[in-house]
Amino acid sequence: MRRFSWFNATSLTLGFAFLYLPMVILVIYSFNKSKLVTVWAGFSTKWYGELLNNDAFLDAAWVTIKVAVLSSTFATVLGTMAALVLIRSGRFFGRTLFSGMIYAPLVMPEVITGLSLLLLFIGIGLDRGVITIVLAHTTFAMCYVSVVVSSRLVSFDQSLEEAALDLGCSPFQAFRLVTLPIIAPAVISGWLLAFTLSLDDLVIASFTAGPSATTLPMKIWSSVRLGVSPEINALSTLMIGIVAIGVISASLISKRSAIQQQRDERAAERSDD
Amino acid sequence: MRRFALIAVPYLWLLALFLVPFVIVLKISLSDSALAIPPYLPTLDLKAGWSGITEFFSQLDFENFVWLTEDDLYWKAYLSSLKIALVSTVLTLAVGFPIAYGMARAPQHWRATLLLLVILPFWTSFLIRVYSWMGILSQEGYLNQFLMGIGLINEPLIILNTNVAVYIGIVYTYLPFMILPIYSALEKLDESLLEAAEDLGCSRMSAFWLVTVPLSKQGIIAGSFLVFIPTLGEFVIPSLLGGSKTLMIGKILWEEFFSNRDWPVASAVAVILLLILVIPIILFQRNEQKQREAEG
Repeated sequence: MRRFSWFNATSLTLGFAFLYLPMVILVIYSFNKSKLVTVWAGFSTKWYGELLNNDAFLDAAWVTIKVAVLSSTFATVLGTMAALVLIRSGRFFGRTLFSGMIYAPLVMPEVITGLSLLLLFIGIGLDRGVITIVLAHTTFAMCYVSVVVSSRLVSFDQSLEEAALDLGCSPFQAFRLVTLPIIAPAVISGWLLAFTLSLDDLVIASFTAGPSATTLPMKIWSSVRLGVSPEINALSTLMIGIVAIGVISASLISKRSAIQQQRDERAAERSDD
Repeated sequence: MRRFALIAVPYLWLLALFLVPFVIVLKISLSDSALAIPPYLPTLDLKAGWSGITEFFSQLDFENFVWLTEDDLYWKAYLSSLKIALVSTVLTLAVGFPIAYGMARAPQHWRATLLLLVILPFWTSFLIRVYSWMGILSQEGYLNQFLMGIGLINEPLIILNTNVAVYIGIVYTYLPFMILPIYSALEKLDESLLEAAEDLGCSRMSAFWLVTVPLSKQGIIAGSFLVFIPTLGEFVIPSLLGGSKTLMIGKILWEEFFSNRDWPVASAVAVILLLILVIPIILFQRNEQKQREAEG
């Protein structure tokens, strides 16, 4: 075993300081009393109060959550179907095109995705608003979901499903009772990924939203273009807090279930002996 | 029948909302700008039958692409995007490698936590992470306050709204994409190889260059593409942290569309950006393929 040297410790410390210091500063200064963001004038929570009274922000937050819940749910269904097609369906006409269309959106610049979808919506005369944002987010998020789910499906032992079919399950029952519980962790993390991508997206939403709907990132964007503002600091702190709690608790839960699984497997091995 | 439905639903969705929109972009990039709704000509008139279709195709031309080569703004923007993407990829590698190396060397029971700490920023809003640097880098910002406070400089440094700020922003936001693949390559590295190299007379430094770097090559390549490809079309970072002199093609496309309302030129800009992206994307895919084959 090689020693963990001073060099390693220093690079880790500096690296993580670089990753976290900007966000820590943002959080600290969100409690700053002064309107001048960079001058500390004492502790205050007044910007949080102003934020909660700002209807424009609250409306945007509501639109964003609606869009994120709808699009991540559609994306999970479509993405899981696409993963099943990619891993299970073998050859069919246009398979190469299909897998190309799954992987291309992952590397497509957002400005191009946004532009092309907007031109489509205008071309077919669809009124822009919440619906068009949901359609756009579903499309790019389903590709991420299908990548996550297919990595789980690859390692899935298909004979389990065949056994269920032999024992009289219909194909749909076999999927629901055997396959789905096994790939569930991947489906859930796909949903979470799609949800975060949707919450986070500025560029595609700006192209596809139209004048009637504004999402939170669009609202943040129009106000940070004018410079740093204490209200945005407060909003950012809330968002960072929610994400941190979510990610940490998710990792604790998955750690616990991994330990539980190890225990179960060990118990099963013992009873085999 | 069931299999057919399973394939058809996602297939049709992607055809309608990914491929068709892209064909529309291609078509509009060949059209002419016009003062109309929608602001381009020609529009396809299906009622006129076959003559309408031939009329439509005869009016398409490469004028916008010719225009892109004539106005040097676009050339400069493509070249400067390539340069910014390349420089920031190298910088991200220089910052990310030591971190990934330190993580792979850290005691086993720390690694899960370190990994979580690298992934956590990825889940927080991209926009907010970029925004957090505006307060740090501005003229009266925290960095200048700090440097002037300790007496290192007398005049505030002008960093915000320059390319330096863009580089910092890109390195900061894309760092996890660089660290993760390098870490996973380094973690698999068999340490006895390094011991063997040292037993055979290598210094630690040359063992690092001759053993560690070649064996983590795939991770380095993957990480570099994961930074380079999205950076090339980046819009948020140059708009928030860059200045008026920062030329990046994502920003040009946005302005062409929203400010100039020139849809045909915006579409032509998009088509060329995609053509430029095809090469690194194919190289990236090939690297991934190689890695999968190596793992069996």
